[in-house]
Amino acid sequence: MKIVVCVKQVPDTAGGVKFNPDGTLDRGAMLTIMNPDDKAGLEAALRLKDQYGAEVTVVTMGLPKAEEVLREAMAMGADKGVLVTDRVLGGADTWATSTTLAGAIRNLEYDLIITGRQAIDGDTAQVGPQISEHLDIPVISYAQDIKIEGDSVVVERQYEDRYHVVKAKMPCLITALSELNEPRYMTPGGIFDAYKQEITVWGRADLKDVDDANLGLKGSPTKIAKASDKVRKGAGEKVSLDPDESVSYIVDKLKVKHVI
Amino acid sequence: MDFTLSKEHEMARALFKEFAEKEVKPLAQEVDETEVFPRETVEKMAKLGFLGIPVPKEYGGQGCDPLTYAMCVEELSKVCGTTGVIVSAHTSLCCDPIMTYGTEEQKQKYLVPLAKGEKLGAFGLTEPGAGTDAQGQQTKAVLDGEEWVLNGSKCFITNGKEADVYVIFAITGTVEKRGRLQKEISAFIVEKGTPGFTFGTKEKKMGIRGSSTYELIFTDCRIPKENLLGQQGKGFNIAMHTLDGGRIGIASQALGLAEGALDNTVAYVKERKQFGRAIGAFQNTQFQLADMATKVEAAQLLVYKAAMAKATQKVYSVEAAKAKLYAAEVAMEVTTKAVQLHGGYGYIREYDVERMMRDAKITEIYEGTSEVQRMVISGALLK
Repeated sequence: MKIVVCVKQVPDTAGGVKFNPDGTLDRGAMLTIMNPDDKAGLEAALRLKDQYGAEVTVVTMGLPKAEEVLREAMAMGADKGVLVTDRVLGGADTWATSTTLAGAIRNLEYDLIITGRQAIDGDTAQVGPQISEHLDIPVISYAQDIKIEGDSVVVERQYEDRYHVVKAKMPCLITALSELNEPRYMTPGGIFDAYKQEITVWGRADLKDVDDANLGLKGSPTKIAKASDKVRKGAGEKVSLDPDESVSYIVDKLKVKHVI
Repeated sequence: MDFTLSKEHEMARALFKEFAEKEVKPLAQEVDETEVFPRETVEKMAKLGFLGIPVPKEYGGQGCDPLTYAMCVEELSKVCGTTGVIVSAHTSLCCDPIMTYGTEEQKQKYLVPLAKGEKLGAFGLTEPGAGTDAQGQQTKAVLDGEEWVLNGSKCFITNGKEADVYVIFAITGTVEKRGRLQKEISAFIVEKGTPGFTFGTKEKKMGIRGSSTYELIFTDCRIPKENLLGQQGKGFNIAMHTLDGGRIGIASQALGLAEGALDNTVAYVKERKQFGRAIGAFQNTQFQLADMATKVEAAQLLVYKAAMAKATQKVYSVEAAKAKLYAAEVAMEVTTKAVQLHGGYGYIREYDVERMMRDAKITEIYEGTSEVQRMVISGALLK
């Protein structure tokens, strides 16, 4: 079985967020981590590898620095890494990103593609399903459990108060939730081995069946009007009152502010 | 000269840090309070290969360099000195001598399971009457047919009752050196469960209280002849060479303790308010922190240099001695200052710096006291 896992290097929310003048993220200037949902997707792929035997290829699109996230994936047990990087691909929204990733994945053999549900920097949950549309394969989103049955996958798809059991023939795409599993740690030896391996680097010219009009900032229908870091709130006011007094106190405050 | 770590080392550090924060830190206070050996943590570390970091892959290890190993002990010790020394004693004092002096059979039988973390290792040199004076050994080993018969005892043994494999030193005869009779010391590999090998009292310690420190007792303990480690009579050299490596492990532990105390203190002085200001706003606090940070970094450079020397040099005794001497003294000084800057709270067990100060003291004592390190360093200068 061949599994492709899409991973994204995202800002570490502990390290602060920085923006470019055009409102896109200044990814080069931030501390980064592997997106948590993607990491769960990778762990799911590695568990399938442990259980059934598989070759796991991780694919990422980003700055050359995004190579780190591939090394991390390989130190956890992924077999190969593909970095898609090119200036013309920068500033991509979900449409341009999924077009790019699909263009890269067309060069690879796969039975299963796993992506995270969504990235913690954009929170759109669109890229995974869009890739499946580009490649014309089924998608099962929000996976909380994945099993293989013959040439099909059986996935528990999470809903608010229940889950659906969905079966699909491979090849198909699954989007994973961080609740899916507890990702394994790297191993020290795995880290050094990962840095000895070659990483495949692809640019625009290597993408298959894609149109320039759908790539990069120019090919992105989404325009960012304004972006800002979280504005820190003041310390606020703390009062210690019994419940009845508290209610009157809050109501008075709301009246003063003309909220009610 | 480049002081930046390679990307591999940076990533390894991130791994050790993440593991320490998630798996070790939440237990550190309890391990200290209850004096219970953190068995589950050791099993988790075993799975991830932390118990065989510098051991070659063909012997079940991770095949990494001594620097990676030092960083592992450092990051673990930042949050828990007990966990740091468990790894250090296992790796430096048991895996290392078997890796260096063991026969192929001994490596297959003992090193492979040790490096995989299936077994835990310990080292028995110290005796009630033989600490710094390692030549003062009393434990004897006599060859009887196909077996060595051990009699005597070892004390203050780290991983004491929890280990499975022990590297033990004993007198195997006398030799004449410059006209004087001297004890001939040899090294042996002893397995737990060997008849005649029992444990004495568990030591109640000031710090590193979760590490299992026991007396080992050998009473007509018969071990196979082939469990002699290295050549007969070369035990003293094996012990000294092993301790050179061990000192890098303990220096890393000391470094981690100092760093942990500094990190805790930086966070504390930003929060703690006196006279209407965070105490970090007072110049006394700032100057103390500056001194602490400078010494911690100097210690780190010495420790990393010693680890690199182990990777590239045949002899690295002086580098290891300087690293251990300085890192241990910095650990004691920085943890003491950390407690002082925490004020009354620093003296309370709820705060980590209280434990770190108690843990730091031993780094000036075991695997060669600071005085022994000064003997090694000055000995090389005056040679």
